[in-house]
Amino acid sequence: MIRSILLHGLVIAALIALEPMLSEYHHGNLARIMVLATYAVGYNVLFGYTGLLSLGHAMFFAAGMYGCALMVRLAEWSVGPAFLVGVACALIAGIVVGFLALRTIGVGFMIVTLMFAEAAYLTILYYNEYTRGDEGFTIPQSVRAIGTLDLSDTTTRYFAALTLFSICLIASAALVQSKAGRVLIAIRENEDRVRMLGFDPFRYKLLALVTSAVMAGAAGAAYAVLFGYAGASFAGVQYSIFPLLWVLLGGPGTTLGPLLGAVLMFYLVDYASGTIMPGLAALVETQFGIEAPGLASAWLLLVGVALVLLVLFAPRGLLGTVRVRMIPWLP
Amino acid sequence: MAAIAQLTAKGLIKDFGGLRAVDVDGFTLHEGEIRAVIGPNGAGKTTFVSLLCGRFPPTRGTIAFAGRDITATPAHERVALGIAYTFQITSIFGNLSLYENVALPSQRRVTLDGNGKVRERAMAALERVGLADRAGEIASAQSYGHQRLLEVAMGLALAPKVLILDEPTQGLADSEIADFIALIRDVAQETTILLIEHNMPVVMALAETITVLDQGRVLAEGAPEAIRANAAVQTAYLGG
Repeated sequence: MIRSILLHGLVIAALIALEPMLSEYHHGNLARIMVLATYAVGYNVLFGYTGLLSLGHAMFFAAGMYGCALMVRLAEWSVGPAFLVGVACALIAGIVVGFLALRTIGVGFMIVTLMFAEAAYLTILYYNEYTRGDEGFTIPQSVRAIGTLDLSDTTTRYFAALTLFSICLIASAALVQSKAGRVLIAIRENEDRVRMLGFDPFRYKLLALVTSAVMAGAAGAAYAVLFGYAGASFAGVQYSIFPLLWVLLGGPGTTLGPLLGAVLMFYLVDYASGTIMPGLAALVETQFGIEAPGLASAWLLLVGVALVLLVLFAPRGLLGTVRVRMIPWLP
Repeated sequence: MAAIAQLTAKGLIKDFGGLRAVDVDGFTLHEGEIRAVIGPNGAGKTTFVSLLCGRFPPTRGTIAFAGRDITATPAHERVALGIAYTFQITSIFGNLSLYENVALPSQRRVTLDGNGKVRERAMAALERVGLADRAGEIASAQSYGHQRLLEVAMGLALAPKVLILDEPTQGLADSEIADFIALIRDVAQETTILLIEHNMPVVMALAETITVLDQGRVLAEGAPEAIRANAAVQTAYLGG
């Protein structure tokens, strides 16, 4: 327990210490990564610890994002209370979807969550008048402040993202090491046995799903506030796959895996879209005389390849492998 | 000991498609007894006890526990009432340590009682089956015999009123079986035991009453000696 507190404390301290050293470019990146890692931490509670694979988590991220951003845009609320509305929207979405989707298991659960998310995405497009659909809308810099705290300032934004991430990281670590967490892990391992030991699996799965949805929603709302934008692409299927990918890369069922996965994948995509894929397109053109303008922007291809390789060769992810090989107490 | 009915079933039927797997008119388990359920393969023994502990609902019939109708009570609530089931096919948490495996039912008991310590209870359960010194080891790395004992320890940690053991000695070595018989005798001091067992020496050593199932029906019921002498049982078993 003490080791676990030290480890998480160290990671948070390292993120604080890193702040003054970062260039403007990496500064913005890391703030974004921490918000996305918060989303992944939430996803990990459900997928990594409870063993439920959702393919529709973007709906919770979007519930937080639009719950918050629409309150600012349409009701002219300030971003603080609007953020809380976003989180509340994700909470309600989590409860409703949980009650319905948790009646299914395995592939059924994946399909039902995917369908709910698709319905949410189409709803956002349908109410184009308010949401501006795919194009999205910005939240002006002037209102992105809580009191005198200007959240569009890069340093403030960094620490706001870090605060949110730290809260969710610590909450997830506390949850999975609690008595309820023991039941969640046991459900992942063998649900039937958990039932025959006197626990109602549904209650615990709902707890995991709602916790996961709230964290995803908090990340979505924070994204809208800190980066001043809400758009339907965040509700699309891509944003349901991303957290799965980050968690798979970092290590499902490890508290720090989501952060590690989000950092690595963010920079891989960054490098792929900026250097690898354009380079590949240029190579194809010079070598074979084929113009391939699509290839330069086909970074999703690389993401797909990464996913396939992970599932085939490292199903435990990076930190999961570290836990098996070196540090068995890793939470 | 006065025979107090603890777990009873009436007109219990379970159909799988067109197959009637269980058709038991009446069954009564008395408080404090050790009951064995025997029968040839496919006789419906596991299906029968699964109905008792609520793993799936009966097609027809009622089940009562301590005078209360529990036919519609979900499995996890029956566990809370005091009916514990250990699986025939070893169903432990393979990736977790032995301690974590028994900590889960211990935690359930502690929550139900509102007092006690999870660690103490879990270690006591491991101690009882002789696995305490392996508490930190991963369950799937244990021998089959040890996994069976862990399965029993998980049942014990729940401190049930009725412990249902589904073929607990399957795959155990002879030396382990002797220890197992002693363990069950000890447990039976405070718990009613319902035992599905193929190993006849174990049945004869432990059971006070034997229920014989054949093709889902109760073929015979009585003291071990009477069952041994029963012609119908011999026919069912030996095909004679």
